[in-house]
Amino acid sequence: MSDANPKITIEPAAENALIIYFSSSPSPKTTHLIQSLKQGLQDSLDHKLIDLVPSFASLLVQYHTELTDHFEIKAAINCVWERVNTTSQNASAGKKVTLPVYYALETGPDLPTIAQQSGLSVSDVIQLHSSQEYLVYSIGFAPGFAYLGEVDARIATPRLATPRASVPKGSVGIADQQTAVYPASSPGGWNIIGKCPVDLFNMNKSPTMPYIVGDTVRFEAIDKETFLSLGGTL
Amino acid sequence: MKHDQAVSALTLLAPGIMSLLQDKGRLGQAHLGLTQGGPADSLAFDYANRLLANDKGTTALEISIGGTKLRCDHGCQIAITGAKAGVKINNMPAAQWSVLTLQKGDHIEIGYAEAGCRIYLAVKGGFVVKPQLGSTSTVLRERMGGYDGNALGANQCLFIKPTSLVPTVELPQAYIPTYPDELSLRVVIGYQYEYFPSLQRRRFFSGRYKVTKQADRMGYRLSGPTIEYPSRALYSEGVCAGAIQIPPDGQPIVLGADKQTMGGYPKIGSLLSLDLNQLMQASTGAVVTFTPITIEDAHALLALHRCREVPLIRGSSKNAQLPHKQEAT
Repeated sequence: MSDANPKITIEPAAENALIIYFSSSPSPKTTHLIQSLKQGLQDSLDHKLIDLVPSFASLLVQYHTELTDHFEIKAAINCVWERVNTTSQNASAGKKVTLPVYYALETGPDLPTIAQQSGLSVSDVIQLHSSQEYLVYSIGFAPGFAYLGEVDARIATPRLATPRASVPKGSVGIADQQTAVYPASSPGGWNIIGKCPVDLFNMNKSPTMPYIVGDTVRFEAIDKETFLSLGGTL
Repeated sequence: MKHDQAVSALTLLAPGIMSLLQDKGRLGQAHLGLTQGGPADSLAFDYANRLLANDKGTTALEISIGGTKLRCDHGCQIAITGAKAGVKINNMPAAQWSVLTLQKGDHIEIGYAEAGCRIYLAVKGGFVVKPQLGSTSTVLRERMGGYDGNALGANQCLFIKPTSLVPTVELPQAYIPTYPDELSLRVVIGYQYEYFPSLQRRRFFSGRYKVTKQADRMGYRLSGPTIEYPSRALYSEGVCAGAIQIPPDGQPIVLGADKQTMGGYPKIGSLLSLDLNQLMQASTGAVVTFTPITIEDAHALLALHRCREVPLIRGSSKNAQLPHKQEAT
């Protein structure tokens, strides 16, 4: 894969949407290109657009068919892409967000499983998870659910064979090399290793979420006392 | 309730199977992981508002299956469209697809759907509901919209801002959808279409599929000829309402208004919105076939639909015979 010079292909997605596929694998650089293209499209097409949905290696562009059509949007994409892909990477770097996490058996029931299969101690697992920055690749699945990557290969763990009926709000999970915080309790199949006391989706706050695609997140291990004082519940 | 000049126009005595407040949908919030929601059948929803000369996308009720009873608390005008469901006002039959003028004390009863499965009830001026992130649309899974993200319960008051009356118009009979249980649906080919082997594409577009019990506002699971997709890892990507996913079991799922914002299954294309509306009125056992169309076809069909605006006509005598002593003031 020539990540150095990625290409895009554009396919119809619906009567009012098209999807742009990036030839490069998901990576910080791909995400950066997607964000730059997204920003460029927002600036040039503005009110003609309904929504833009960036993901790991694609960007869905939904438009108003009363105002434009597939062909105008496609031309605009090629136009913006030429600029984005040839100019040096000048899109602003994302924000850096730090989230506190109480890693413990009482909040992270799958810590022993991950430790066992990796041959590491539980504290090593915590240390590996909290010692690096993760990129927000995508947001979806549920309000405020951010797919972060990529965790150290040693603690990458496949999803549970049977998802849990309910994963508590704030749970921090690992699925393969992705990690995420559940912004609300929901069914889930990720391996749970801790709990974050910070509210990650609040409609009454601005911004609604602490991060957007392209930002980076670091987890900071906290003790039980701090977790409770920050409003965490067990 | 803190709606200053709003008055309670209707009280929902019995919500029926499920009653949800919907507007045009929560557009432009996918970056938060929020789905768009909005009416499952936007054609019937749009007609309900158009009959009342409301702005397109004004908040109305979407009633699944029916079995709903309401009481009028303040004179107002309503229009009931969508599934055919035997509407009665004060025990007298009343027309759907028509402006109905209500007076305080009137009882409105919506029976169970006989054809179609979603009924729309709009009120002149729209229901007054505080929008959440730009929309009143209720998405139960996200607990967003409506009142506290819930379906409406018994004794819920529905507020309006009183406005002047509109003429009692109706949709000509010939244009009222009939909601057949055998549907031919047009698919804008796209997404991973090119990667489906031609044999699989032919199987899909020549197959007859049935609507299963797993059919709701989020999506319709169909059963029929199994479609295979060459295994190739697919990263999750943005999906639209109408998208036709082919999961590993080969049985298609058509996504509805409450779809998740992203999905990782291969997709063969997306239904034309005009046809998604029809599917969303179909119930278990309905038979569905698909026809491929290009994006050019889709744009042409939408443009035709927009320019062929059906004229509304003055209400016929059956609507004028509402059991009222006098016209509402």
